[in-house]
Amino acid sequence: MRKVTAIFVLAIFGFYMLSVFLTIPFGEKRDNVGQHYLANTVKETGAVNTVTSIVVSYRGFDTLGEVTVLFLAATGLGAILFDKKGKKRRLQHASLIVRVGAHLLYPLIVLLGAYVFVHGHLTPGGGFQGGAIIATGVLLMFMSYRSFETSHKALIYIESLAGIVFVLAGFSGLIWGQSFLQNVLPLGEPGRLLSAGIIPIIYIAVGFKVGAELTGLLDNLLKTIK
Amino acid sequence: MDWAMIMIYILAVIIIVAAIFSVKQKDLLLAVIGTSAISVILSIFYYLLQAPDVALTEAAIGVALSTIIFVIAIKKTERYEE
Repeated sequence: MRKVTAIFVLAIFGFYMLSVFLTIPFGEKRDNVGQHYLANTVKETGAVNTVTSIVVSYRGFDTLGEVTVLFLAATGLGAILFDKKGKKRRLQHASLIVRVGAHLLYPLIVLLGAYVFVHGHLTPGGGFQGGAIIATGVLLMFMSYRSFETSHKALIYIESLAGIVFVLAGFSGLIWGQSFLQNVLPLGEPGRLLSAGIIPIIYIAVGFKVGAELTGLLDNLLKTIK
Repeated sequence: MDWAMIMIYILAVIIIVAAIFSVKQKDLLLAVIGTSAISVILSIFYYLLQAPDVALTEAAIGVALSTIIFVIAIKKTERYEE
């Protein structure tokens, strides 16, 4: 009986999926939206990087949702794993070569991450990538030094402030413009660092937020190891 | 056939070998290292397919962060598959 029901439900699903997909013509060009983005990005948003202009400007609301999803995931993990007593990590120090190498590489990795998210509207990359790169740098220090600590409070403040900046940038569009996340700042000259309106502000906020979230997540995870 | 295509085919063979290795391997730590090797080559492929931003994400998250999360999980459970 259950099998018959399952087959029946699947058949209904299959029928509707098929009838939807049959309406889409196969093999024809349907990239009007893509052509519009490629042709008008620089004029409309001032960002040279088309991917960034789509992620932050045209589809900015989706990005806010993604940031929220990441925030919820990190919060859930922290809620499960966080220990009030503040256990110390008891891992051993790494070898001398790893420690010296990590010490030399750590500032460079953080600098690369900051570069990636500050230049998000000019070069490939952006907030998510830069934040992830910064978190890998912190991970390198976590693995090499037993004494390396991050302040939990500072991470929480950075995360919250960055989220607030993102939402306030959205509301500024609502107040002085017509819609949420609309650009209200001057676009500037395309290709310069100070251009593209609110895109750099949002991407810097996203970079800080993602970096702080992933760092806190790693800190929580590594503290559980005895 | 030029050199670039030969290199791409070599990388494609390596990625398949690494995937089979990480599925078949009983030592889970080695299997995780196999998946991170997949991520390295995948980020090269993303770069060759002109998606450098996806390549950056794959390199940072696939190679470093997800690997360390798997390693912590293995350390807290068991290293060898039965």
